[in-house]
Amino acid sequence: MTKNFLLLAGTAVLVAGCAAPLPVGERPKIAASDLDQLVAVSKRDFKARGIAGMDRLELDAAMRACNLHNDNPPREVSQPLEEQILKSIPFPQGSLLGDWKRGQRLAQSGQGMTWSDKPNIANGGSCYNCHQLSPQEESFGTLGTSLRNFGKIRGTSEAIQRYTYGKIYNSKAYNLCSQMPRMGHSKTLNEQQIKDLTAYLLDPNSPVNK
Amino acid sequence: MLKTLMGGAALALAAALPLHAQVDIRKETQRWQQMIAEGSPAELFEIEGEALWKKKQGPKNVSLEGCDLGQGPGVVKAAYAQLPKYFADADRVMDLETRLLHCMTTLQSRSPQDATQRLYGNADRPSEMELLSVYIAGQSRGVPMAPGTRHVKEREAFELGQKLFFHRAGAWDFSCSSCHGEADKRIRMQYLPVMSQPEGVRKIVATWPSYLVRNAQVKTMQWRIWDCYRQMRWPEPVFGSEATVAITQYLTVTGQGEPYAGPGTKR
Amino acid sequence: MRATLGAGFTDVRVLMSHAMETGQRKDASGKVIPLHFIQNVTAKLNGKTVIEGEVSQAVSRNPVFSFRLKGGQKGDKLELSWLDNTGVTNKTDGTIA
Repeated sequence: MTKNFLLLAGTAVLVAGCAAPLPVGERPKIAASDLDQLVAVSKRDFKARGIAGMDRLELDAAMRACNLHNDNPPREVSQPLEEQILKSIPFPQGSLLGDWKRGQRLAQSGQGMTWSDKPNIANGGSCYNCHQLSPQEESFGTLGTSLRNFGKIRGTSEAIQRYTYGKIYNSKAYNLCSQMPRMGHSKTLNEQQIKDLTAYLLDPNSPVNK
Repeated sequence: MLKTLMGGAALALAAALPLHAQVDIRKETQRWQQMIAEGSPAELFEIEGEALWKKKQGPKNVSLEGCDLGQGPGVVKAAYAQLPKYFADADRVMDLETRLLHCMTTLQSRSPQDATQRLYGNADRPSEMELLSVYIAGQSRGVPMAPGTRHVKEREAFELGQKLFFHRAGAWDFSCSSCHGEADKRIRMQYLPVMSQPEGVRKIVATWPSYLVRNAQVKTMQWRIWDCYRQMRWPEPVFGSEATVAITQYLTVTGQGEPYAGPGTKR
Repeated sequence: MRATLGAGFTDVRVLMSHAMETGQRKDASGKVIPLHFIQNVTAKLNGKTVIEGEVSQAVSRNPVFSFRLKGGQKGDKLELSWLDNTGVTNKTDGTIA
C-alpha cells in the first residue's frame, strides 16, 4: 500500500515538468460538439468508393445516442428510440420461417457491403464471424453470444419468430446499442434471406438445434 | 541442397490440424505464427526498400536520402520508433508513410499522382511505399516505441484518434472498438487484441509494418487501418489523412515503450 | 539477397520476384493463364557456379530460396540467376556479410 503510494507520487513528480499525461487506456467522454467534430473529420478524411457511399457516415438517432453515451444511454433515451425502431420493422405477413438450408449458406458467407464488393453480389449474413451456431462449424467467432440450440430452447411460436426476424432486421429495436449490424435496415439482406436465417435458427431440423 | 520456403506450406500444415474443442486455438495459432516468422522473408523486402530509398527519382533526380524522418535529414536509425510526430515544415503530425509521401512530393518534387500511384502493392506489383516503410522500420529494431507526445498537435492527434477509435458509423454501425474493445473475443478463429489498452496494443505497434503471408507482401499500418475500415463497411479512408494518422498516433502512444520488434510476420 | 557468414558456412536467402503461374488458373474472363514459372536457378560464388537447381511450377509466387554454402568469406561476391520457361532470365547480386 505504502509502496504503491510512493510509486504514484514519483510518477506525478516526473510528469509535472512536462504536460499532463495523455489519458491512455481510457474511453473518452463524447459531447455533442465532439460528435459534430467526428462526423466532420470522417466526411473530410474518408471518401466514397464503389458501393460504400458517404451516406454511411451520417448518424441516425440511434447511432447518435450510442456515440454520445459510450454505448450505454440512460433508459429514458434508449426506450423511446427502441420502440420507434421496432415499429419501423416491416414484418412480412404469415410464417417467418424460410429455408434453413439456404439460411445456413447465408450464415456462413461473410461477403458483401465493402467498397471492394461489386454491386448486386449475393450478400451473406456474416453470422459465423461472431456467433456459434451449428456444432459442425467449429470456426466461429465469439463477439456475439452463442446461438447454439437457439430454437430448441425457445420453440417456434409466432412471438419467437417475430423476435428472431426483427432482431436480424434491426437489432437496435431490442437493444439500442447492440454491436450487431442491422441486416435488413442496412439493406444487407432482403426479406427472404432474413426468413431463411430465421429458419436456420428456429427450424427443429436445422443443425443449430441438433 | 536447394530449399524452398513457402508460406503456403506452413498454412497447409496449420489447416491440417484437427479442430477439436480440446485444441487450444490460441496456442496453435502462436505455434504457427512462430513457424512463419522463422521463414519470414521480411528482411529481404527491407533490402529492396533500401535500394528504393537510395534511388534517384523525380524531376530533380534525387534520392530520398535527404528526407528528414524526424531525426534530421537522412537519419533512418531509430526514426520509425519515434513516429508519429509533429513536423514544423508541414505543420502537422505525420506517421512514417505520410512523411515519406511528403518527402516524395517536396524533396523529390514528384507529383502527388506519381507518389500515390501504388500505395498498396500486391504480389505482382509491389509498392514503393510498402518497401520503403519496411526498410525504415527495420532500422528501429530494439528501439522502444516513443511517438511524440509533447507538442500540442501531437496531443490533439492522440485525442482525436482515441475518439475515432470508439466512433460508430458505416453501414454496419462498427467502430474499431466493436472488434478490438473486449478481451478474449474472436472473429471466426482469429483472436482480437484489445487495442485500447497498452497490454493489447504494445506488441501490435511494435511489429508493423509486417510481411503478410496471405498477400506475399509487406504491409504498413496505414494499410492495416485501411483494410479494417473496409471490413467495417465504411467509405475509404484517405491515405495519410489526419484521421488515419490520429488513429496511428493513438495506438502508438497507447503501446509506447515496447521495443520495436518488426518488421513482423503475420497471417 | 542476404548472405550471412557462419562458422565455416554461409547462409543465403534470396527473394525472386516472379508470377510463378501454374497454368491451372483462369483469369476473370475464364481464360487460362499460361504456364509461367522459373525452371532453373544458378548460384555463383565469385563467378564460380556452386549450385544449379531445377524448379517446378509447384513453387509459390515470389519465392524465397534459402541455402547453405560450405565456406565463403566476408566480401565474397554472390550471384543468383534464374531462367523461366519463357526464356526470360533475371539475377540478383549480393556480398557475404
